[in-house]
Amino acid sequence: MFHPVASLARGCCLVLMALSLFKCQAFAQESPYIVTYDHHLEEPGNLEVEYFSTFGTQRAGNDFHAYWVEFEYGATAWWTTEFYLDGQTTFHDSTLFTGLRWENRFRPLRTEHFINPVIYVEYENISEADKIVKEVEGHDIASDHADPNALLRQGHNHELEFKLILSKDFKGWNFAVNPLATKNLSPNNPWEFGYAAGISRPLALKASAQHCTFCRENFIAGVELYGGLGDTQSFGLHETSHYIAPALAWNLPSGWTVRLSPGFGLNDISRRLLLRWGLSREFSGFGEVLRGLFGGRS
Amino acid sequence: MKAVISAVAVLLALDTSAGLAQQKPSRNYESPGAVLARVPEKDRAKRNPFATDPEAASAGRKLFEQHCAECHGRTAEGARRGPSLRSEDLRQATPGEVFWILTNGVVRRGMPAWSKLPEQQRWQIVSFLQEQKGSTP
Repeated sequence: MFHPVASLARGCCLVLMALSLFKCQAFAQESPYIVTYDHHLEEPGNLEVEYFSTFGTQRAGNDFHAYWVEFEYGATAWWTTEFYLDGQTTFHDSTLFTGLRWENRFRPLRTEHFINPVIYVEYENISEADKIVKEVEGHDIASDHADPNALLRQGHNHELEFKLILSKDFKGWNFAVNPLATKNLSPNNPWEFGYAAGISRPLALKASAQHCTFCRENFIAGVELYGGLGDTQSFGLHETSHYIAPALAWNLPSGWTVRLSPGFGLNDISRRLLLRWGLSREFSGFGEVLRGLFGGRS
Repeated sequence: MKAVISAVAVLLALDTSAGLAQQKPSRNYESPGAVLARVPEKDRAKRNPFATDPEAASAGRKLFEQHCAECHGRTAEGARRGPSLRSEDLRQATPGEVFWILTNGVVRRGMPAWSKLPEQQRWQIVSFLQEQKGSTP
Protein backbone atom coordinates (compact mmCIF):
# COMPACT_ATOMS: atom_id res chain seq x y z
CA MET A 1 0.00 0.00 0.00
CA PHE A 2 1.31 3.48 -0.87
CA HIS A 3 2.04 5.53 2.21
CA PRO A 4 2.94 9.12 1.29
CA VAL A 5 4.95 9.95 4.42
CA ALA A 6 6.94 6.71 4.33
CA SER A 7 7.54 7.36 0.66
CA LEU A 8 8.68 10.92 1.42
CA ALA A 9 11.03 9.65 4.15
CA ARG A 10 12.50 7.01 1.82
CA GLY A 11 12.96 9.62 -0.90
CA CYS A 12 14.72 11.99 1.47
CA CYS A 13 17.03 9.22 2.71
CA LEU A 14 17.95 8.39 -0.88
CA VAL A 15 18.62 12.04 -1.69
CA LEU A 16 20.79 12.46 1.43
CA MET A 17 22.70 9.26 0.61
CA ALA A 18 23.28 10.46 -2.95
CA LEU A 19 24.39 13.87 -1.71
CA SER A 20 26.77 12.31 0.77
CA LEU A 21 28.74 11.13 -2.26
CA PHE A 22 29.65 14.74 -2.99
CA LYS A 23 33.11 15.45 -1.74
CA CYS A 24 32.51 19.19 -1.74
CA GLN A 25 30.69 20.04 1.45
CA ALA A 26 30.69 23.81 1.77
CA PHE A 27 31.07 25.67 5.04
CA ALA A 28 27.80 27.42 5.68
CA GLN A 29 27.26 30.74 7.39
CA GLU A 30 23.56 30.42 7.99
CA SER A 31 21.43 32.87 9.90
CA PRO A 32 19.35 31.52 12.79
CA TYR A 33 16.06 32.67 11.27
CA ILE A 34 13.46 30.03 10.47
CA VAL A 35 10.57 32.28 9.41
CA THR A 36 12.27 35.57 8.54
CA TYR A 37 14.51 35.98 5.48
CA ASP A 38 17.54 38.21 5.19
CA HIS A 39 18.94 39.42 1.84
CA HIS A 40 21.70 36.84 1.61
CA LEU A 41 21.09 34.27 -1.11
CA GLU A 42 22.55 30.83 -1.66
CA GLU A 43 25.95 30.85 -3.36
CA PRO A 44 25.60 30.04 -7.08
CA GLY A 45 25.85 26.34 -7.88
CA ASN A 46 25.46 25.30 -4.22
CA LEU A 47 22.68 23.10 -2.96
CA GLU A 48 21.54 23.24 0.63
CA VAL A 49 19.41 20.40 1.94
CA GLU A 50 17.48 21.27 5.06
CA TYR A 51 15.19 19.41 7.42
CA PHE A 52 13.04 21.31 9.89
CA SER A 53 10.74 20.13 12.64
CA THR A 54 8.06 22.05 14.50
CA PHE A 55 6.43 20.76 17.65
CA GLY A 56 3.29 22.79 18.29
CA THR A 57 0.79 22.86 21.09
CA GLN A 58 -2.84 23.01 20.03
CA ARG A 59 -5.64 24.69 21.97
CA ALA A 60 -8.82 22.56 21.91
CA GLY A 61 -7.07 19.83 19.92
CA ASN A 62 -4.13 17.45 19.79
CA ASP A 63 -0.55 18.71 19.76
CA PHE A 64 1.36 18.09 16.56
CA HIS A 65 4.76 17.56 15.03
CA ALA A 66 5.08 19.15 11.58
CA TYR A 67 8.17 18.83 9.40
CA TRP A 68 9.50 19.85 6.06
CA VAL A 69 12.41 19.11 3.77
CA GLU A 70 13.84 21.97 1.79
CA PHE A 71 16.14 21.91 -1.24
CA GLU A 72 17.69 25.34 -1.70
CA TYR A 73 19.72 25.95 -4.83
CA GLY A 74 21.72 29.00 -5.86
CA ALA A 75 20.78 29.22 -9.55
CA THR A 76 22.76 32.46 -9.93
CA ALA A 77 24.26 34.99 -7.53
CA TRP A 78 20.96 36.95 -7.79
CA TRP A 79 18.42 34.09 -7.86
CA THR A 80 17.85 31.35 -5.29
CA THR A 81 15.17 28.73 -5.83
CA GLU A 82 13.80 26.33 -3.21
CA PHE A 83 11.55 23.31 -3.23
CA TYR A 84 9.73 22.16 -0.09
CA LEU A 85 7.92 18.99 0.89
CA ASP A 86 5.70 19.26 3.98
CA GLY A 87 4.24 16.69 6.34
CA GLN A 88 2.82 16.43 9.84
CA THR A 89 1.88 14.03 12.59
CA THR A 90 -0.95 14.99 14.89
CA PHE A 91 -0.76 13.07 18.15
CA HIS A 92 -3.61 10.59 18.71
CA ASP A 93 -4.67 11.22 15.12
CA SER A 94 -2.61 10.51 11.98
CA THR A 95 0.42 11.30 9.83
CA LEU A 96 0.01 13.11 6.52
CA PHE A 97 1.95 14.43 3.57
CA THR A 98 0.51 17.93 3.36
CA GLY A 99 1.90 19.45 0.19
CA LEU A 100 4.69 21.19 -1.63
CA ARG A 101 6.01 24.68 -2.15
CA TRP A 102 8.23 26.26 -4.76
CA GLU A 103 9.93 29.44 -3.68
CA ASN A 104 12.09 31.91 -5.58
CA ARG A 105 14.07 34.87 -4.31
CA PHE A 106 15.47 37.54 -6.60
CA ARG A 107 17.97 40.20 -5.73
CA PRO A 108 17.30 43.23 -7.97
CA LEU A 109 20.29 45.42 -7.01
CA ARG A 110 23.88 44.78 -8.00
CA THR A 111 25.57 46.09 -4.86
CA GLU A 112 24.92 46.44 -1.15
CA HIS A 113 22.80 49.42 -0.13
CA PHE A 114 21.61 51.06 3.07
CA ILE A 115 18.67 48.63 2.93
CA ASN A 116 18.85 45.63 0.64
CA PRO A 117 15.64 44.44 -1.03
CA VAL A 118 14.97 40.92 -2.24
CA ILE A 119 11.76 39.92 -4.04
CA TYR A 120 10.20 36.65 -2.92
CA VAL A 121 7.61 34.69 -4.91
CA GLU A 122 6.25 31.32 -3.78
CA TYR A 123 3.70 28.88 -5.12
CA GLU A 124 2.07 26.62 -2.54
CA ASN A 125 0.03 23.50 -3.19
CA ILE A 126 -0.90 22.45 0.33
CA SER A 127 -3.81 20.97 2.21
CA GLU A 128 -5.44 22.71 5.14
CA ALA A 129 -3.83 20.09 7.35
CA ASP A 130 -0.43 21.73 6.70
CA LYS A 131 0.88 22.78 10.10
CA ILE A 132 4.48 23.82 9.52
CA VAL A 133 3.53 27.47 10.21
CA LYS A 134 6.35 28.69 7.97
CA GLU A 135 4.57 32.00 7.93
CA VAL A 136 1.50 33.49 9.59
CA GLU A 137 -0.89 35.35 7.32
CA GLY A 138 -4.33 36.91 7.36
CA HIS A 139 -6.41 35.65 10.26
CA ASP A 140 -4.47 32.41 10.80
CA ILE A 141 -5.10 31.41 14.41
CA ALA A 142 -4.45 28.34 16.55
CA SER A 143 -7.99 27.00 16.33
CA ASP A 144 -7.67 26.63 12.51
CA HIS A 145 -5.84 23.37 13.16
CA ALA A 146 -8.01 22.02 15.98
CA ASP A 147 -10.08 19.78 13.69
CA PRO A 148 -9.02 16.18 13.03
CA ASN A 149 -6.72 15.52 10.07
CA ALA A 150 -9.42 13.62 8.20
CA LEU A 151 -11.45 16.82 8.05
CA LEU A 152 -8.59 19.24 7.47
CA ARG A 153 -7.07 17.29 4.59
CA GLN A 154 -10.23 17.73 2.53
CA GLY A 155 -9.47 21.40 2.06
CA HIS A 156 -6.80 22.12 -0.54
CA ASN A 157 -5.13 25.43 -1.29
CA HIS A 158 -3.25 26.71 -4.29
CA GLU A 159 -1.65 29.94 -3.17
CA LEU A 160 0.77 32.54 -4.40
CA GLU A 161 2.78 34.31 -1.77
CA PHE A 162 4.79 37.48 -2.23
CA LYS A 163 7.27 38.98 0.20
CA LEU A 164 9.42 42.04 0.10
CA ILE A 165 12.55 41.13 2.02
CA LEU A 166 14.27 44.20 3.43
CA SER A 167 17.49 43.56 5.26
CA LYS A 168 20.55 45.36 6.53
CA ASP A 169 23.84 44.33 8.09
CA PHE A 170 25.30 46.84 10.51
CA LYS A 171 28.30 46.31 12.78
CA GLY A 172 27.80 42.56 12.80
CA TRP A 173 24.04 42.77 13.40
CA ASN A 174 21.48 41.77 10.83
CA PHE A 175 18.09 43.48 10.76
CA ALA A 176 15.41 42.02 8.49
CA VAL A 177 11.75 42.86 7.87
CA ASN A 178 9.48 40.85 5.58
CA PRO A 179 5.99 42.20 4.82
CA LEU A 180 4.01 39.52 2.96
CA ALA A 181 0.86 39.19 0.86
CA THR A 182 -0.80 35.91 -0.04
CA LYS A 183 -3.53 35.13 -2.59
CA ASN A 184 -5.45 31.90 -2.58
CA LEU A 185 -5.97 31.19 -6.28
CA SER A 186 -9.50 29.89 -5.73
CA PRO A 187 -12.10 32.52 -6.63
CA ASN A 188 -13.53 34.90 -4.03
CA ASN A 189 -10.64 34.66 -1.61
CA PRO A 190 -9.20 37.96 -0.39
CA TRP A 191 -5.53 38.90 -0.27
CA GLU A 192 -4.08 38.10 3.13
CA PHE A 193 -1.26 39.95 4.82
CA GLY A 194 1.39 39.24 7.41
CA TYR A 195 4.84 40.14 8.57
CA ALA A 196 8.05 38.70 9.93
CA ALA A 197 10.98 40.58 11.40
CA GLY A 198 14.26 39.44 12.86
CA ILE A 199 17.49 40.61 14.39
CA SER A 200 20.62 38.49 14.76
CA ARG A 201 24.33 38.63 15.46
CA PRO A 202 27.24 36.17 15.60
CA LEU A 203 28.55 35.64 19.14
CA ALA A 204 31.99 36.72 17.91
CA LEU A 205 32.71 38.98 14.94
CA LYS A 206 36.38 38.16 14.50
CA ALA A 207 37.39 34.70 13.33
CA SER A 208 40.00 32.70 15.17
CA ALA A 209 42.95 31.36 13.20
CA GLN A 210 42.24 27.72 14.12
CA HIS A 211 39.59 25.46 12.68
CA CYS A 212 37.22 24.90 15.58
CA THR A 213 33.79 23.52 16.28
CA PHE A 214 32.85 25.41 19.41
CA CYS A 215 34.31 28.86 18.58
CA ARG A 216 31.91 31.67 19.35
CA GLU A 217 32.08 32.86 15.73
CA ASN A 218 30.26 29.64 14.70
CA PHE A 219 27.17 30.57 16.72
CA ILE A 220 24.65 33.18 15.59
CA ALA A 221 21.87 34.22 17.96
CA GLY A 222 18.77 36.20 17.17
CA VAL A 223 15.10 36.72 17.72
CA GLU A 224 12.16 36.68 15.33
CA LEU A 225 8.73 38.27 15.54
CA TYR A 226 5.99 37.23 13.14
CA GLY A 227 2.23 37.34 12.76
CA GLY A 228 -0.82 38.09 10.65
CA LEU A 229 -2.18 41.44 9.55
CA GLY A 230 -5.67 40.44 8.39
CA ASP A 231 -6.89 40.59 4.81
CA THR A 232 -8.36 43.02 2.30
CA GLN A 233 -11.77 42.75 3.98
CA SER A 234 -10.46 43.26 7.49
CA PHE A 235 -6.95 44.66 7.61
CA GLY A 236 -5.24 45.06 10.97
CA LEU A 237 -4.43 43.18 14.14
CA HIS A 238 -7.99 42.12 15.03
CA GLU A 239 -8.28 38.31 15.26
CA THR A 240 -4.67 37.69 14.28
CA SER A 241 -1.98 35.59 15.93
CA HIS A 242 1.57 36.70 16.71
CA TYR A 243 4.73 35.00 17.89
CA ILE A 244 8.11 35.85 19.30
CA ALA A 245 10.91 33.33 18.85
CA PRO A 246 14.51 33.45 20.07
CA ALA A 247 16.72 31.54 17.64
CA LEU A 248 20.20 30.08 17.58
CA ALA A 249 22.25 28.71 14.67
CA TRP A 250 25.42 26.67 15.04
CA ASN A 251 27.49 26.49 11.85
CA LEU A 252 29.82 23.50 12.12
CA PRO A 253 33.10 23.34 10.20
CA SER A 254 31.92 20.08 8.59
CA GLY A 255 29.26 22.00 6.65
CA TRP A 256 26.32 21.12 8.88
CA THR A 257 24.16 23.79 10.48
CA VAL A 258 21.93 23.17 13.49
CA ARG A 259 19.15 25.59 14.36
CA LEU A 260 16.92 25.80 17.42
CA SER A 261 14.06 28.20 18.03
CA PRO A 262 11.32 28.07 20.64
CA GLY A 263 8.43 30.33 19.59
CA PHE A 264 5.83 31.69 21.98
CA GLY A 265 2.34 32.94 21.14
CA LEU A 266 1.72 36.54 22.12
CA ASN A 267 -2.06 36.41 22.48
CA ASP A 268 -4.83 33.98 23.38
CA ILE A 269 -5.54 32.95 19.81
CA SER A 270 -1.91 32.05 19.06
CA ARG A 271 -0.40 28.65 19.84
CA ARG A 272 1.29 28.66 23.21
CA LEU A 273 4.47 27.03 21.91
CA LEU A 274 6.06 26.34 18.54
CA LEU A 275 9.32 24.56 19.22
CA ARG A 276 11.40 24.36 16.05
CA TRP A 277 14.71 22.79 15.20
CA GLY A 278 16.47 22.16 11.95
CA LEU A 279 19.46 20.46 10.43
CA SER A 280 20.98 21.50 7.12
CA ARG A 281 24.01 20.84 5.00
CA GLU A 282 25.42 22.74 2.08
CA PHE A 283 26.96 21.05 -0.96
CA SER A 284 29.07 22.93 -3.45
CA GLY A 285 29.42 22.01 -7.10
CA PHE A 286 25.87 20.67 -7.39
CA GLY A 287 25.20 22.96 -10.36
CA GLU A 288 28.09 21.45 -12.30
CA VAL A 289 26.84 17.92 -11.65
CA LEU A 290 23.35 18.98 -12.77
CA ARG A 291 24.70 20.53 -15.94
CA GLY A 292 26.71 17.36 -16.61
CA LEU A 293 23.55 15.27 -16.26
CA PHE A 294 21.60 17.48 -18.64
CA GLY A 295 24.41 17.69 -21.17
CA GLY A 296 25.43 21.28 -20.52
CA ARG A 297 28.94 22.64 -20.50
CA SER A 298 30.71 22.53 -17.17
CA MET B 1 2.87 12.38 -6.50
CA LYS B 2 2.63 13.45 -10.14
CA ALA B 3 2.61 17.05 -8.97
CA VAL B 4 5.82 16.47 -7.00
CA ILE B 5 7.56 14.88 -9.99
CA SER B 6 6.37 17.66 -12.33
CA ALA B 7 7.53 20.37 -9.97
CA VAL B 8 10.95 18.75 -9.58
CA ALA B 9 11.28 18.42 -13.36
CA VAL B 10 10.37 22.08 -13.90
CA LEU B 11 12.78 23.11 -11.16
CA LEU B 12 15.63 21.09 -12.64
CA ALA B 13 14.99 22.41 -16.14
CA LEU B 14 14.89 26.02 -14.99
CA ASP B 15 17.93 25.63 -12.77
CA THR B 16 19.89 24.00 -15.55
CA SER B 17 19.05 26.71 -18.06
CA ALA B 18 19.97 29.40 -15.54
CA GLY B 19 23.18 27.59 -14.70
CA LEU B 20 24.06 27.28 -18.37
CA ALA B 21 23.54 30.98 -18.89
CA GLN B 22 25.71 31.65 -15.89
CA GLN B 23 28.52 29.47 -17.18
CA LYS B 24 29.02 31.08 -20.59
CA PRO B 25 32.40 32.75 -20.15
CA SER B 26 31.94 35.29 -22.92
CA ARG B 27 28.92 36.82 -21.16
CA ASN B 28 30.16 36.52 -17.65
CA TYR B 29 33.78 37.42 -17.71
CA GLU B 30 34.64 40.82 -16.41
CA SER B 31 38.28 41.63 -15.87
CA PRO B 32 39.37 42.42 -12.31
CA GLY B 33 40.43 45.83 -13.60
CA ALA B 34 36.90 46.60 -14.81
CA VAL B 35 35.45 45.59 -11.46
CA LEU B 36 38.02 47.64 -9.55
CA ALA B 37 37.14 50.68 -11.64
CA ARG B 38 33.64 50.61 -10.16
CA VAL B 39 34.81 50.95 -6.54
CA PRO B 40 33.69 54.30 -5.08
CA GLU B 41 36.47 56.68 -4.06
CA LYS B 42 35.61 56.68 -0.34
CA ASP B 43 35.74 52.87 -0.22
CA ARG B 44 39.02 52.79 -2.13
CA ALA B 45 40.68 54.77 0.64
CA LYS B 46 39.50 52.58 3.52
CA ARG B 47 42.24 51.12 5.67
CA ASN B 48 42.42 47.58 6.95
CA PRO B 49 41.94 47.76 10.74
CA PHE B 50 43.88 44.48 11.03
CA ALA B 51 46.86 45.64 8.97
CA THR B 52 49.17 45.28 11.98
CA ASP B 53 47.50 42.20 13.49
CA PRO B 54 49.86 39.25 12.96
CA GLU B 55 47.02 36.72 13.36
CA ALA B 56 44.64 38.34 10.89
CA ALA B 57 46.15 36.71 7.79
CA SER B 58 46.01 33.24 9.41
CA ALA B 59 42.37 33.72 10.31
CA GLY B 60 41.81 35.13 6.82
CA ARG B 61 43.38 32.02 5.32
CA LYS B 62 40.94 29.83 7.25
CA LEU B 63 37.98 31.96 6.11
CA PHE B 64 39.26 31.99 2.54
CA GLU B 65 39.49 28.19 2.53
CA GLN B 66 35.96 27.93 3.91
CA HIS B 67 34.22 30.39 1.64
CA CYS B 68 36.36 31.35 -1.35
CA ALA B 69 38.75 28.52 -2.24
CA GLU B 70 36.01 26.52 -3.92
CA CYS B 71 35.93 29.08 -6.75
CA HIS B 72 39.31 30.81 -6.56
CA GLY B 73 41.59 27.93 -5.51
CA ARG B 74 43.21 27.28 -2.13
CA THR B 75 45.85 29.96 -2.51
CA ALA B 76 43.82 32.33 -4.70
CA GLU B 77 45.58 31.07 -7.82
CA GLY B 78 42.25 30.75 -9.67
CA ALA B 79 40.12 27.72 -10.50
CA ARG B 80 37.47 26.69 -12.99
CA ARG B 81 34.73 28.82 -11.46
CA GLY B 82 36.63 31.92 -10.44
CA PRO B 83 39.60 33.98 -11.64
CA SER B 84 43.01 34.19 -10.01
CA LEU B 85 43.17 36.82 -7.30
CA ARG B 86 46.89 37.21 -7.89
CA SER B 87 46.53 39.09 -11.16
CA GLU B 88 48.48 42.31 -11.61
CA ASP B 89 45.31 44.42 -11.19
CA LEU B 90 44.51 42.82 -7.86
CA ARG B 91 48.11 42.94 -6.69
CA GLN B 92 47.95 46.70 -7.08
CA ALA B 93 44.49 47.03 -5.53
CA THR B 94 44.17 48.84 -2.21
CA PRO B 95 42.79 46.96 0.81
CA GLY B 96 39.67 49.12 0.53
CA GLU B 97 39.08 48.03 -3.05
CA VAL B 98 39.42 44.35 -2.21
CA PHE B 99 37.11 44.81 0.77
CA TRP B 100 34.49 46.51 -1.44
CA ILE B 101 34.53 43.66 -3.96
CA LEU B 102 34.23 41.11 -1.18
CA THR B 103 31.32 42.99 0.37
CA ASN B 104 29.37 43.64 -2.82
CA GLY B 105 30.39 40.70 -4.97
CA VAL B 106 30.06 40.84 -8.73
CA VAL B 107 26.49 39.61 -8.58
CA ARG B 108 25.62 39.76 -12.27
CA ARG B 109 28.79 37.81 -13.07
CA GLY B 110 28.35 35.01 -10.54
CA MET B 111 30.30 36.19 -7.53
CA PRO B 112 28.03 36.48 -4.51
CA ALA B 113 28.16 39.37 -2.05
CA TRP B 114 29.90 38.26 1.13
CA SER B 115 28.31 40.87 3.35
CA LYS B 116 26.87 38.01 5.38
CA LEU B 117 30.32 37.63 6.93
CA PRO B 118 30.92 40.21 9.66
CA GLU B 119 33.04 43.18 8.60
CA GLN B 120 35.94 41.98 10.79
CA GLN B 121 36.04 38.62 8.99
CA ARG B 122 36.00 40.30 5.57
CA TRP B 123 38.98 42.40 6.63
CA GLN B 124 40.74 39.24 7.82
CA ILE B 125 40.27 37.78 4.32
CA VAL B 126 41.70 41.00 2.88
CA SER B 127 44.73 40.55 5.17
CA PHE B 128 45.24 37.04 3.77
CA LEU B 129 44.92 38.26 0.17
CA GLN B 130 47.34 41.10 0.82
CA GLU B 131 49.78 38.56 2.20
CA GLN B 132 49.45 36.61 -1.05
CA LYS B 133 50.74 39.65 -2.93
CA GLY B 134 54.24 38.48 -2.11
CA SER B 135 53.62 35.14 -3.84
CA THR B 136 54.31 34.43 -7.47
CA PRO B 137 51.17 35.03 -9.60
